[in-house]
Amino acid sequence: MAEQNNLIVYCEYDEGKVADVSLELLTKGRVLADRLGVKLEAVVIGDKLDGIEKQVFPYGVDTLYKVEDKRLFPYTSNPHASVLINLFKEIKPQICLMGATCIGRDLGPRVSSCLHSGLTADCTSLEIGDHKDPKTGKEYTDLLYQIRPAFGGNIVATIVNPDCRPQMATVREGVMKKEIRDENYKGEVINLEPSKYVKDEDFVVEIIDRHIEKSKVNIKGAPIVVAGGYGVGSKENFQLLFDLANTLGGEVGASRAAVDAGFIEHDRQIGQTGVTVRPKLYIACGISGQIQHIAGMQESSIIISINNDPDAPINSIADYVITGNMEDVVPKLIKYYKKNSK
Amino acid sequence: MSLNIIVLAKQVPDTRNVGKDAMKEDGTINRAALPAIFNPEDLNALEQALRIKDENPGSTVTLLTMGLPRASEIIREAIFRGADAGIVLTDRALGGADTLATSYSLAQAVKKFGNYDIILGGRQAIDGDTAQVGPQIAEKLGIPQVTYAEEILGVKDGKVTVRRRLEHGVETVVAPLPCVVTVNGSAAECRPRNARRLMKYKYAVSPSEKAKLTAEDQAFVDARPYLNIEEWSAAYVDADPEQIGLAGSPTKVKAIENVVFTAKESRRLDNNDEQIEDLIKELITNHTIG
Repeated sequence: MAEQNNLIVYCEYDEGKVADVSLELLTKGRVLADRLGVKLEAVVIGDKLDGIEKQVFPYGVDTLYKVEDKRLFPYTSNPHASVLINLFKEIKPQICLMGATCIGRDLGPRVSSCLHSGLTADCTSLEIGDHKDPKTGKEYTDLLYQIRPAFGGNIVATIVNPDCRPQMATVREGVMKKEIRDENYKGEVINLEPSKYVKDEDFVVEIIDRHIEKSKVNIKGAPIVVAGGYGVGSKENFQLLFDLANTLGGEVGASRAAVDAGFIEHDRQIGQTGVTVRPKLYIACGISGQIQHIAGMQESSIIISINNDPDAPINSIADYVITGNMEDVVPKLIKYYKKNSK
Repeated sequence: MSLNIIVLAKQVPDTRNVGKDAMKEDGTINRAALPAIFNPEDLNALEQALRIKDENPGSTVTLLTMGLPRASEIIREAIFRGADAGIVLTDRALGGADTLATSYSLAQAVKKFGNYDIILGGRQAIDGDTAQVGPQIAEKLGIPQVTYAEEILGVKDGKVTVRRRLEHGVETVVAPLPCVVTVNGSAAECRPRNARRLMKYKYAVSPSEKAKLTAEDQAFVDARPYLNIEEWSAAYVDADPEQIGLAGSPTKVKAIENVVFTAKESRRLDNNDEQIEDLIKELITNHTIG
């Protein structure tokens, strides 16, 4: 295979299904590949990959590389890294996207270190654009802009990799939208011989026990999200948010500060380092509104902010701002909802 | 079995408690306004290291950090909590490094350190949240990695058993030594300072700090080798100047912005019953709720 300069997405695969985050990246990848005039490629590494092309081709995948070996599932770091490193040395993609999952965040750095290619974690936006090096004046066209909040979400940085390839980025689940390009899109399947890409010595880490369960929390799909921040103050006060969410038929989410403070479990964290949500109603209680949180909820249709501080940053993007203690306001919302709903 | 344990740690600005004065007018960070702290997950890693040491008498725990000379503060903190020694990798030439240049520099320091059995570190640092340096150091050293560790269950016969906390569950793995293990914030909290160690080591200083002491205090430190925190330069760890700092970083920051969100026209409500009931009625009427 010759150098192809395409865009490739590493797809995660479990229990017969390609992960949502991978399909979201294929959707974004197709748009970026069109902009660059290159092919969209996907690589799946694992076991029992029969028919998987039917899941990815509708997203506009031109080439699907399959690497199948029963030792390649469940995921371990070195074997998957070796496959990508060896494949990338051959096909030389210009961009590689991965989910910012436990797998992508374990695999991406290892691959980027070996190939000496830059990697940007947890991007919230990806674009194509030009760049001029401020020192040398050298101009670059059509680089991948890797845009992410940084510094605890207090700023947003645009990162570029001018000279090293592939340009690598990870993106969290839910950040990009999943959208089928064409149900009948036809790509090509290339089956790669595992022994050419991974050595027996790569299988050094042994999994002796594994309990994976689907998360019970589904804030990503909830039409109404009641989210609490550090201002909620305690684990006990979060119960009020559960009461409101149950009354309205929604789910409870949280800011990172509330999770770090131990008020609530990490599964419910919304923001750049958590889940991205787009509900029709988002009720933010005691959330000040760091960028890293806003990045994960700003596309909500209607936002209500309940905060003591009339100048809380989140208020600027809220449709309704209620200034007051959430302990007082939330019970009133419950009371008047019960009174007025049939 | 006695083990040589390295704990990678970082001194970070406390981005979790950012006040209004944290950003300068020009949109850059006012580092002076942020307290510098021990990266939280590195403390979780330190605790796992100290537990391995407790289980394996004769083991040593050495903290390795890269940063400004003042990062010796976190080395003292680690020693108060039970670490044996510490090294600050500090050099102007290392400034502006991205994760790849950072992991190269730290991997060089680990090679200089030599005989190591296990390297622990926090999953990620709160100033960048990338979680990249651990796996990249493992790759540079050509050894396996175990990320998202919640508990090290034991070290035996040249292998470490680790329980990992993943998005939707747990996984227990066995990895051969030497290897890199990165530890989650969900792991056990780090033990507090030990009063006796605090008394013994409170005057521990790095060469940069020692230079600012009086001659008398310098003599006091010189007479007690255990009070000397090591400081290593890029040249000392044989780092290739092309691979460190800004020059060695494939990623470049093109732009940094203070984000201005498109402000909406918010409707302001007071916390009174009438306004809240009107809001609820409105949301029911337009089918947002109900």
